[in-house]
Amino acid sequence: MANFYTDNPSLKHHLNHPLMQKIVALKERDYTDAEKFDYAPTDFADAMDNYDKVLEIVGELCGTTIAENAEGVDHQGASCSDGRAHYADGTVQNLDLCRKAGLMGMAMPRRFGGLNFPITPYIMAAEIVSRADTGFENLWGLQDCAETLYEFGSEEQRAKYIPRVCEGETMSMDLTEPDAGSDLQSVMLKATQKEDGTWVLNGVKRFITNGDSDIHLVLARSEEGTKDGRGLSMFIYDKRNGGVTVRRIENKMGIKGSPTCELVYKNAPAELCGSRRMGLIKYVMALMNGARLGIAAQSVGVSELAYREAYQYALERRQFGKAIIEFPAVSEMLATMKAKLEASRCLLYETSRFVDMYKIYEDIARERKLNDEERAEMKYYSKLADALTPLAKGLGSEYCNQNAYDCIQVHGGSGFMKDYACERLYRDARITSIYEGTTQLQVVAAIRYVTSGAYLGLMQKYAEEGFSGKLAPLAETLKGLSAMYAEAVEKATAANDQRYLDFLARKLVEMAGTIIMAYLLLLSAKTEESLTATATVYTKMAQALCESHLTFIRNFSVDQLADYGI
Amino acid sequence: MSLNIIVLAKQVPDTRNVGKDAMKEDGTINRAALPAIFNPEDLNALEQALRLKETHPGSTVTLLTMGLPRAAEIVREAIYRGADKGIVLTDRALGGADTLATSYSLAQAVRKHGNYDLILGGRQAIDGDTAQVGPQIAEKLALPQVTYAEDILEVADGKVKVLRRLEHGVETVVAPLPCVITVNGTAAECRPRNAKRVMKYKRAASPSEVAKLPENVAAAVAANPELQIQEWGAAYVEADPQQIGLAGSPTKVKAIENVVFTAKESLCLGNNDEQIENLIKDLIANHTIG
Repeated sequence: MANFYTDNPSLKHHLNHPLMQKIVALKERDYTDAEKFDYAPTDFADAMDNYDKVLEIVGELCGTTIAENAEGVDHQGASCSDGRAHYADGTVQNLDLCRKAGLMGMAMPRRFGGLNFPITPYIMAAEIVSRADTGFENLWGLQDCAETLYEFGSEEQRAKYIPRVCEGETMSMDLTEPDAGSDLQSVMLKATQKEDGTWVLNGVKRFITNGDSDIHLVLARSEEGTKDGRGLSMFIYDKRNGGVTVRRIENKMGIKGSPTCELVYKNAPAELCGSRRMGLIKYVMALMNGARLGIAAQSVGVSELAYREAYQYALERRQFGKAIIEFPAVSEMLATMKAKLEASRCLLYETSRFVDMYKIYEDIARERKLNDEERAEMKYYSKLADALTPLAKGLGSEYCNQNAYDCIQVHGGSGFMKDYACERLYRDARITSIYEGTTQLQVVAAIRYVTSGAYLGLMQKYAEEGFSGKLAPLAETLKGLSAMYAEAVEKATAANDQRYLDFLARKLVEMAGTIIMAYLLLLSAKTEESLTATATVYTKMAQALCESHLTFIRNFSVDQLADYGI
Repeated sequence: MSLNIIVLAKQVPDTRNVGKDAMKEDGTINRAALPAIFNPEDLNALEQALRLKETHPGSTVTLLTMGLPRAAEIVREAIYRGADKGIVLTDRALGGADTLATSYSLAQAVRKHGNYDLILGGRQAIDGDTAQVGPQIAEKLALPQVTYAEDILEVADGKVKVLRRLEHGVETVVAPLPCVITVNGTAAECRPRNAKRVMKYKRAASPSEVAKLPENVAAAVAANPELQIQEWGAAYVEADPQQIGLAGSPTKVKAIENVVFTAKESLCLGNNDEQIENLIKDLIANHTIG
């Protein structure tokens, strides 16, 4: 019986990172919950054993039913009738199993019925779910929204909604509109406060993932006459109250099991969540950061499956009297896929740990005042998490697309047929570099950490960890790449021209991300020797990319922007 | 009405994933080489019990297994899925039992437990495939039995209504309580382990397991009855020593043969009904089919 957690030693390696000791102690408030809840851990080892055991459940469900259902779900897809969205049969079964296994509300506090897991093991579960069924990860992963509700909702709203999420009700984040996609400042959905103080919503939302969910977080214009982000607030809409119908669902290229809905709000009653006017500028930004980490996990899950499918096929397929894996052209592709997979996984869990560190401090700050040291640490990790999230999402999703592409290539003509999983994977992968902010928007989010020196600082910090044996020359190479990156940044910023910087931003961000991922792979290889070859392959890729990008930047001047129509 | 349900289960070698070293040279199962699992159809039976527990609040589901002390593993598995408690019937004297001695021993344990409305079990175990133990227990306890159950449709007014899956169709039967029901693999799959229950009950242990635990963990088990898996011996269930274990097992294994089909000849048929009909008749006559 397949288990997608236990068959993948890389996951346990990342789960057992040294920083977890601190994360878990903070998250468990020195294990004081054990007195109140019979399923709370009593110490670090107990907590880690809990994560391990629960991930085993996730791995088993994913390796059996959810993976087996994926093809049927893709064929049947979601449907829409009578103003409601309906899941495919396999999706209904998947959700039922996840509910019974208690895998909803994993990161929520125990007092609301959650498992109180840190983000890191939760994100690991998301990666595993995505490997089984990419589209199902969306539905399951929308439990993320409860995090935002917890952070910004009132205690009454938390107590009302979070237990329902932990019981298995699904959520959605209703942000996009026909004229407000990447530019959410243009949201028009109207929130009107009635005389009794309650709110109603009117208007249309489009492209809403799982739009017929039980509990919606809705971005709406509460301030009449405003036109920008400062007139937007966040609302909670409870499906039990009625007022929202599904007009249609999209006919999509991939993730067909996840209904993408067009919603019509007609005097839909809603509750204000948090403060007015803070909807976009604070809450949705937090929501999006969580969602981006989720997409990064989804991307790694796709990469994992792509690599496995390609590897297995290359072992079994024989041509010219031998398995095709024996041809350098094929094994080079596989080694590159594996390097991209493990590199993006390293970055995913480094980011998750940083998110854990600052979010747990934020939560502790809701209970008591942080001391200076704690506050400084929170700020430190918060900045790093913000810096790494767009890299993990942006580059991880590009890698998963590349891996899905190469997975088909390894399959040859068979990969183009509907007979193999790689065809579905290729379609499912495509959205990851688009939704929750396109790769181009991730670059916009990341460029400030290029110019501020945050990425360079991180590279230097990693370099100080010290590497020996086979890793020492790789670390030397990376030092050289960091210097090349610094030169590229210097050149791009010295021109003092925003258009010039914007134009080169993608290349700079790719350089930063690649060097950081290479360092993380080296660090992983220190304790996980089996990753040494992968670290070597990836360092070589990083070197080629940095040299190529630097050459471009060195030879590119402001006046050449015109050749690109800029 | 609330129900007291006993689910009979067996820890078996996973014969579905058999490797090279699955059999010893003498033809018996090499148990050490195969992972020990919860017998699949017993999981189907457990699911039926847990569904009844949901529809009949206040019901209790007790898992009863006979085997080595390590069979406590499947008791925990059952508790993770929703069972309330479990008993391991284990004793050297019970070893080497065939189906007759096994059903006697389990029937004694059920008697000792007392207070039951339903006894559920899988149709058969994947190591022996006899499907005899369930029915024999019913006989020994003088209870009605329903075999090949696919769905327990209703329990009301002291009766249980069961859908049976038979070779050529289904039938619905009604039996008075208490009764024994054996459940098919075609019944609903068992629900998964529940995360909270796993974290809560992962320390549940039987006395033999507690003996091997560090002191502080053993103390935690001692302090919490919910974490205590019971262990019963032959004497405790008042079993007659002549009817248990090897002594109570009339089945004697004479020899086990490894049969490898070697025939290679083929038969060519003409494209007409008569020759095909003759072939079918031959196949029926030599018991290849039918």
